[in-house]
Amino acid sequence: ANSGLTKYGGRRTVTLIPGDGVGPELTAAVQRVFKGMRAPIDFEEIAFHGTDDNAVEKVQEAITSLRRNGVGLKGVLSTPRGRATRKSLNMQLRTELDLYANVILCKSPEGMDTRHKGVDVVVVRQNTEAEYTGLEHEISPGVVESLKVISREESIRIAKFAFDYAQRNGRKKVTAVHKANIMKQGDGLFLKCCKEISALYPDIVFEPMIVDNTSMQLVSKPQQFDVMVTPNLYGNIIGNIGAGLVGGAGMVAGFNVGYDFAVFEPGARQAGDIVAGKPSVSPVGMLSSAALMLQHLGMDTYAAALQKALDEVVQEGVVRTKDMGGDSTTEDFTDAILAKVAV
Amino acid sequence: MIPGDGIGPEISAAVKQIFAAAKAPIEWEDVDVTPTFDKYGRSTIPEAAKESINSTKIALKGPLGTPIGKGHPSLNLTLRKTFDLFANVRPCRSIVGYKTPYDNVDTVLIRENTEGEYCGVEHEVVPGVVQSIKLITRDASMRVANYAFEMARSTGRKRVTAVHKANIMKMSDGLFLECCQEVASRYPDIEFEEQLLDKTCLLITEDPTQFDVLVMPNLYGDILSDLSAGLIGGLGLTPSGNIGAGGIAMFEAVHGTAPDIAGQDKANPTALVLSSVMMLRHMNLGDFADRIESAILATIAEGKTLTGDLGGKSRCSEFTKAVCERL
Ligand SMILES: Nc1ncnc2c1ncn2[C@@H]1O[C@H](COP(=O)(O)OP(=O)(O)OP(=O)(O)O)[C@@H](O)[C@H]1O
Ligand SMILES: Nc1ncnc2c1ncn2[C@@H]1O[C@H](COP(=O)(O)OP(=O)(O)OP(=O)(O)O)[C@@H](O)[C@H]1O
Ligand SMILES: [Mg+2]
Ligand SMILES: [Mg+2]
Repeated sequence: ANSGLTKYGGRRTVTLIPGDGVGPELTAAVQRVFKGMRAPIDFEEIAFHGTDDNAVEKVQEAITSLRRNGVGLKGVLSTPRGRATRKSLNMQLRTELDLYANVILCKSPEGMDTRHKGVDVVVVRQNTEAEYTGLEHEISPGVVESLKVISREESIRIAKFAFDYAQRNGRKKVTAVHKANIMKQGDGLFLKCCKEISALYPDIVFEPMIVDNTSMQLVSKPQQFDVMVTPNLYGNIIGNIGAGLVGGAGMVAGFNVGYDFAVFEPGARQAGDIVAGKPSVSPVGMLSSAALMLQHLGMDTYAAALQKALDEVVQEGVVRTKDMGGDSTTEDFTDAILAKVAV
Repeated sequence: MIPGDGIGPEISAAVKQIFAAAKAPIEWEDVDVTPTFDKYGRSTIPEAAKESINSTKIALKGPLGTPIGKGHPSLNLTLRKTFDLFANVRPCRSIVGYKTPYDNVDTVLIRENTEGEYCGVEHEVVPGVVQSIKLITRDASMRVANYAFEMARSTGRKRVTAVHKANIMKMSDGLFLECCQEVASRYPDIEFEEQLLDKTCLLITEDPTQFDVLVMPNLYGDILSDLSAGLIGGLGLTPSGNIGAGGIAMFEAVHGTAPDIAGQDKANPTALVLSSVMMLRHMNLGDFADRIESAILATIAEGKTLTGDLGGKSRCSEFTKAVCERL
């Protein structure tokens, strides 16, 4: 699907959306590393904050750029809360580009002292429908209805994606997370589609699990999980529990992908009001997302070199940001990566 | 007392023995809640059970099996509706002597229990497209928020965190959040914090000790309370209470009927005993509550008579006896 996209002399142009919160710090780290390793990537930068007056136009500009380039790298964009505020720009980007799958990679970092060891979970989250449709209304004063929409088409598509991912990556099991005992029709449909697709992959174990039990299992025996496939909101929940298991929001990589486009971003998608403004947030997840992006673009050598450098620096444990239990800055960490990959 | 199904009778018997040993001034009235059907064919709980609970205003309930596919909604739901049990309260405290990756957890989660994603209204709009309705009302949100703050104040807790997803579900979760804010302004002595659901999931998994009281809509409460149980060691240990509008309260273990071990004297009665401890506190019998709680926690901490789920070899009856002896 990427043929015919902008490409000059082996170089690729990628849309860059630094966003707000910790976003700009993280994408700046990627830019420095790419420059140092001379990755053949040119960034087309569209910088704005989720709170800017012209944020809606800026997102349109980003979408146009992404349509041209096919691939993007993104920080986070904050969304205002409460009634009568504008819709999530993240959702707009995802629905307009049909980025139907969100993949979040939660893996215990080798060499870091986390509460849980040996976790290696991939969350495949439906990214465009269900609780995120924004269909809401006040039926009478003080009574609000929110619609959750689950469709067969999207459920089949995400289930297929999850099993394909499992197969391509040598994974053994897919757990479908649901609440079909309560939402018998909505989650029931999701579950039915997952079951249907699982029949096409006899080598991969399929296991349905109710979302509350899944959350309990995740914090007590997370090693039992492999690939997990979820409707939208449960993916948000499971993905963030996953991040919590492996060292926090700064440590997990992620991306959004559809048939035509792919946008790489931090896995936990936390705007970072936890850490924003402090020059000490781990860029590991963002850099790891960037490595996945390089791989997606067919630049395997660069991708492998970057991921190897990340693994080594984390393992050595000399340079660690605050959230990783050290006192280095994001810059220091980026320097340590640069020292390994610069040419 | 609703002894319940599966391991229910065994663990309820354990509670009775422990109460007797502690000389707790409670007389039990056993009732059966196996559903009967009214003239419209709707399942209701038997009149005798309803009368008993309406007059005593307080119940301890063992787990109830929900027959799958027999066409009636879960009994738990029927009970909740019958007595308008609007808030589900789940304390979660690390148990000394049972090691998990998390220490010093001490939270109380309060879940809105009557509406939200569990209102059960769903339909297929066109073939292959299903809509499920989530209902949030000001009334239900206000009363659960009120309960959370009142509980926090009366039990000496410092902070209430409202968990929501009002950046996405702007109107529904937005309304819930507004209600929490409104109530918070009347409790200046209690710190109020609002937090997005995803962030709570992240932070509670990283370090649950930063939380105190949490209040949230139905589904989030369901998920986060099970997660919290996972932090301290799982189902055999976590109690809960359901608070009703008409002054009724029903206490129950979080776990199910455990059919795999039912009738084998293997169940851990701790969750139901701790639920009965919550019940005693609710009845202003705090001294008895404290004594029973210390006895059961000390028995677990000692580690000599543990049931299978905690890695021991003792029977339910042996564990119960050990607790009684301490009392
Ligand atoms: N106003 C805000 N202040 C602080 N953090 C915010 C704010 N708005 C959003 N965030 C954080 O940024 C993330 C992304 O925002 P957004 O609401 O667009 O969510 P999303 O990425 O579409 O969906 P999800 O969070 O469900 O993955 C949120 O999950 C939240 O953690
Ligand atoms: N009090 C307890 N003591 C020991 N083990 C327990 C206890 N409660 C639950 N378990 C175990 O935890 C697991 C799940 O139990 P639970 O009863 O919740 O299952 P369930 O199949 O969901 O039951 P139900 O259909 O009644 O909800 C079972 O393997 C059970 O043996
Ligand atoms: Mg539950
Ligand atoms: Mg159960």
